[in-house]
Amino acid sequence: MNQWKNFSKGFFKENAVFVLFLGLCPTLGVTTSAINGLGMGLATTFVLVMSNLVVSIIKNQIPDKVRIPSFIVIIASFVTIVELVMQAYLPSLFEQLGLFIPLIVVNCVVLGRSEAFASKNNVGSSIIDGLGMGLGFAMALTILGSVREILGSGSIFGFKFIEGDGMLVFVLAPGAFIALGYLIVLINKINKKTA
Amino acid sequence: MAKKESNFKNMVLTLFMVTFIASAALGYIYELTKGPIAASKLAKQNNAIKQVVPEFDNEPGKESYKMGVDGDTLEFFPAKNDGELVGTAVSTFTNKGFGGNIKIMVGFLPDGTIHNISVLEHKETPGLGDKMQKSKSEWSVQFNGENPADYKLKVSKDGGDVDAITASTITSRAFCDAVERAYNAYMEGGKK
Repeated sequence: MNQWKNFSKGFFKENAVFVLFLGLCPTLGVTTSAINGLGMGLATTFVLVMSNLVVSIIKNQIPDKVRIPSFIVIIASFVTIVELVMQAYLPSLFEQLGLFIPLIVVNCVVLGRSEAFASKNNVGSSIIDGLGMGLGFAMALTILGSVREILGSGSIFGFKFIEGDGMLVFVLAPGAFIALGYLIVLINKINKKTA
Repeated sequence: MAKKESNFKNMVLTLFMVTFIASAALGYIYELTKGPIAASKLAKQNNAIKQVVPEFDNEPGKESYKMGVDGDTLEFFPAKNDGELVGTAVSTFTNKGFGGNIKIMVGFLPDGTIHNISVLEHKETPGLGDKMQKSKSEWSVQFNGENPADYKLKVSKDGGDVDAITASTITSRAFCDAVERAYNAYMEGGKK
């Protein structure tokens, strides 16, 4: 497969959030602000790239019947590494995301890419696939976070541009569903045009 | 390379190797980050102490003591300047918040007057209850300089002296509850 296509499919055609609807739990949970979405997206990207890398290296060493437990152990290890490193060097971000970092383990995007892509492709394509899917996921979370932050608190990346509160509902849980719904409509429209 | 066969020996060996390497890597990372994690937690605590008591020159984190109250413990951090007690930061809690537990740090002067308050942890509604944080609104400033001996730590709706946060009476009540718990413990032997 063309490597550029391999990389860019994660952004629109096979975007984890907007098109595949994978990993919606962290998506709806952490996107109360743009910076939270970006942080969560980048953490997931790291885990995706590293687990894709390792899985594609050892794919032939792993008997088929125990591949899922092996993948889960690999993914869980990288998630724990992210958690520890973030706690040590980015304590303020960890405070915001802390609860959701362990949930990356059960994020279907990560296991899905290991199973569907990395276990069948070579190392290079697997890294590019992980990077594309991860950054696509980060992009989706950042867009959703920005929309909710702008509408809900009248600020973007923490910079306030309207006095007052904005529409609070968008910061709360229902706003996540509403905003995500409209974004999916938009992305579907774009995808239809380009397809 | 051919795919390994799924027989018993291969499966056990593979899983053993995968988990063994994973645990070794995690142990290494844990050792590596243990120091910085402890340091950042301490820095956060010291920051909160610094915000809520007058200037001091000792290390309150090292002289802290604990007291059991209402099924949990409060931690006291005495701040001293030239060996004289200038204030005590009390890390207190309430479980009456809208989103469960709230942890705040209250600074008392030796006579029991509230010097300043800082919020450590909470899960209140963003945009409503989180206005108790200094970074979101000036609401908690009203406590500064008040002595709970003649200042009723209740929201005005309940006959107290505290103006509640608009649309967040439960959070305001919980906040008062935490401050009061700290004050009572401080006056009943928490002062050293």
